[in-house]
Amino acid sequence: MTYIRPNFRHPEKDRNKLGYSIRNYEGALSTLCAGCGHDSISAAIIQSCFDLNLEPHKIAKISGIGCSSKTPTYFLGKAHGFNSVHGRMPSVTTGANMANKDLLYLGVSGDGDTASIGMGQFAHVIRRNLNMVYIVMNNGCYGLTKGQDSATADKGSVSKKGVPSLFDSIDLCQMALQLGAGLVARSFSGDKKQLTPLIKAAIQHRGFAFIDVISPCVTFNNTPQSTKGYEWVREHMEATGTIDFIPDRSEITLDYPAGSSRKVTLHDGSELHLQKNGTDYDLSSRKAAMNQIETVKEQQKILTGLIYHNETKLDTHGKINTVETPLNALTQDELCPGSTVLSELNAKLR
Amino acid sequence: MNAMSEINKISATNDFVIRFANVNGSGSASANNLFSQAVFRLGVPVSSKNIFPSNIQGLPTWFEVRINEQGYLGRRGGYDFVVADNGQTMAKDYQELLPGGYFFYDSSKRLPHTFNREDIVELGVPLTEIVNTHYTDPRHRQIFKNIIYVGALAYLLDMDFSVFEESINTLFAKKPKLIEPNIKALKLGFDYAEQNHTDVCQLNIHRRDLNGDQILMEGNAAAGLGAVFAGATVAGWYPITPSTSVVEAFEKYCKAYRVDQDTGQNKFAILQAEDELAAIGMVIGASWNGARAFTATSGPGVSLMSEFLGLAYFAEIPVMLMDIQRTGPSTGMPTRTQQSDLISAAYASHGDTKNVLLFPSNPKECFDMTVIGFDLAERLQTPVILMSDLDLGMNVHQCDPIEWDDSHVYDRGKVLNEQQLTDLSERWGRYLDVDSDGIPYRTIPGTHPEKGAFFTRGSSHDEYAAYTEDGEVYARGMQRLLVKWDTSKTLVPAAEVSSEGADIGVIYFGTSAYSSQEALDQLRSTQAMDAMRIQAFPFGPEVADFIHQHQILFLIEQNRDAQMKTLLVNELAIDPNKIISVLNIDGMPITAEFLVTEIQNHLNDLLSHGRENQQSTGGVA
Ligand SMILES: Cc1ncc(C[n+]2csc(CCOP(=O)(O)OP(=O)(O)O)c2C)c(N)n1
Ligand code: SF4
Ligand SMILES: [Mg+2]
Repeated sequence: MTYIRPNFRHPEKDRNKLGYSIRNYEGALSTLCAGCGHDSISAAIIQSCFDLNLEPHKIAKISGIGCSSKTPTYFLGKAHGFNSVHGRMPSVTTGANMANKDLLYLGVSGDGDTASIGMGQFAHVIRRNLNMVYIVMNNGCYGLTKGQDSATADKGSVSKKGVPSLFDSIDLCQMALQLGAGLVARSFSGDKKQLTPLIKAAIQHRGFAFIDVISPCVTFNNTPQSTKGYEWVREHMEATGTIDFIPDRSEITLDYPAGSSRKVTLHDGSELHLQKNGTDYDLSSRKAAMNQIETVKEQQKILTGLIYHNETKLDTHGKINTVETPLNALTQDELCPGSTVLSELNAKLR
Repeated sequence: MNAMSEINKISATNDFVIRFANVNGSGSASANNLFSQAVFRLGVPVSSKNIFPSNIQGLPTWFEVRINEQGYLGRRGGYDFVVADNGQTMAKDYQELLPGGYFFYDSSKRLPHTFNREDIVELGVPLTEIVNTHYTDPRHRQIFKNIIYVGALAYLLDMDFSVFEESINTLFAKKPKLIEPNIKALKLGFDYAEQNHTDVCQLNIHRRDLNGDQILMEGNAAAGLGAVFAGATVAGWYPITPSTSVVEAFEKYCKAYRVDQDTGQNKFAILQAEDELAAIGMVIGASWNGARAFTATSGPGVSLMSEFLGLAYFAEIPVMLMDIQRTGPSTGMPTRTQQSDLISAAYASHGDTKNVLLFPSNPKECFDMTVIGFDLAERLQTPVILMSDLDLGMNVHQCDPIEWDDSHVYDRGKVLNEQQLTDLSERWGRYLDVDSDGIPYRTIPGTHPEKGAFFTRGSSHDEYAAYTEDGEVYARGMQRLLVKWDTSKTLVPAAEVSSEGADIGVIYFGTSAYSSQEALDQLRSTQAMDAMRIQAFPFGPEVADFIHQHQILFLIEQNRDAQMKTLLVNELAIDPNKIISVLNIDGMPITAEFLVTEIQNHLNDLLSHGRENQQSTGGVA
């Protein structure tokens, strides 16, 4: 075990609009293995929150159990965090979100945490369209229990144990699409340039935003024959397009060759600019997105980037029609009917 | 034909049991409720038990109504009158009727020749014929057949008919079209019985004024209402009999009292979860985030929630859980009652854990203890479990009216607000025992930009919530939780003790209270006995005192393994031999008759042993 700080260090003078330096978004020292993909994802989360000028204490970080689920300790030290139980991050996040709709809910999970023990909760938090960011740090194995294959390990993929995985893998992006997620993306911990704008987009998205981040486990699943290893992923990534995140009202200085880019506008007015890579499909069509994942898979490649975006659905609070005030801020006076209603109520029961 | 003159008919006023045998899903429930409500409105104490199958339609159900002007509301056992409305169980209903009892049946079809008891009174009313003559719509025929037998009962039991008319008028105040046909059905039954069974029945329900301002309510409705009054805003739940109606009631009362008048928006969030794990996870997330949240379940759900309960215990997050117990283990008898989750709730989850339990005995206490439970959960930052049961939750019980003290301020416990955090001079520690009561101070996410953020975890942590594998630090935290446990003993409702210095003490809790009190009244005529009703776990000092003050103790429970005894022995280090368990496990509410017999037998045994001992001692001397 080595104690490594995420490897970006900005000078103190670099402050965002809140006057915070990037340090204000960091957390405790990581205790993950040196080179673990998860640390790079933490770094991208830190960068995204800094760039978006988010107040750290208005973020709630919630995770399950696993190396991946430990990471919330390593970013956003000023935010409350909750390392819950294995596979149950979605329900804890759901409850937290019901209590206070005004925080940003950043859910972090692993492929074991999500695709096996937590599959049920993963599915249901999506169907309810909970307003949250759900990041899976996907290494195709159970890092914390020493490298057993997970349900996202591709059939034939070989981990350090040397035995090819026997079973078909679960594609979490396809599941998320099928279950109705409004934003679905896949990225790679080794591609910060792609990952950071995706995290920003997910944060700005209203409703359920899912990012499956392939994040190699250097200790147990980084062999040349592992489809979740650095080497394989670098060679087989097929991006839907390069991405730039343009916050609301910022001056757009990017210049794209005509016809090669497209814009995705998020509900707060911020925009994602996509530089298309050859293939083109309608990002707001679930069917097209599903098709694209399959097409790329047939070519033995991994589709990354923004895969699907559609922000038209109500989130959970919208569906169940809760008041604007966060429920945890309602006072006793607003909640308790008081003795006056009881004479009528008791009378009805006689 | 009965030879009526030879039958020794049961004769009673305001003291008998009537059983309705129906087919599940036939709409009989409302007719039966109409009947028991009428008894209540006549000022006579009444209790009813729904004995229903785990099935939606077609299987037998029974509805047992005890009418008792002494006010005994427990199940009596045996029945003096049966309304046999179910062909499937008719033979059994016939056989089990008490000698001298009354067998009421639909005489549109003749009774089989095997129905040949000579010690009971048969009361035939051609329900099908009457209903077919007067109603054409098949749905009406089904519904009004039930109402017709209620009308017949009104005559046979000499009940004041106007009570039924009033009930129908209020019941259908919003659907006045239904009033007339209902009254007509009642009259059809009444008239037939009057003409054909004139003065045959010697069971009477006569008007009294014994019910004061009491109400009729199901425990689950009261618990759901309690959650509204207690300010719960988040409920995550998964359907399971017999707990479902708690959340249904919560929703109903929220819709009545918690919808913003101007916007039509809800001041509550109810989510039907994917399973019990998610239900409790939602509660924990919401409580962690500063809302009052709860879930309701039964034994199988408690099993599934265990891991999360351990997290809430160890990470110190308030949880309000209502366990409406049913007969276990496993799926057990899902529609029968029991008190068999005590141990799984008290020590839910792996590792050293202890949870606060509350034991309500009637609907009013379901309400009160729900309110107390939310306060305790937040004060103690720990799970609190309301241990109700199917009998209490799903049956209508007569109890004192619901009351609310407007001066009561919710106890939100030790939560630091933004100002308090700003003003803090020392370093704040989430798990620091500043007040020496074992209860640390917590903070809610989003409160303060710089202070009070911490990492909640189920892994071992130090006083500042940092991860630790230092055994000493871990042990210190675990010991501190015991200090908190001791504090909780001073906050939970104390046991109710009635002590007059007798040698014998009887202990009971929850729904056994009804029959225990009745049994005690009988037993005390020959033998002095003190009594204690336990209302909470952990036990306050009064519980240990009571046990130490008595030579012989009986402990009444509705489970096989004497789970409350296990808790007492475990927590209070008492001699297990001191407590004699009186256990009922057939899934039916315990009866006074059973208790009297059991306790009497034990006492006789002790007495004879005592004599033997004396003799043998004498011999040696
Ligand atoms: C109920 C339960 N079962 C098993 C475990 C053991 N366990 C801890 S982490 C883990 C797998 C984690 O895998 P993943 O979510 O992929 O995280 P990673 O370590 O790979 O980042 C397991 C099985 C547990 N903590 N709880
Ligand atoms: S075991 Fe694997 S997943 Fe866990 S910290 Fe090490 S490299 Fe990362
Ligand atoms: Mg993993």
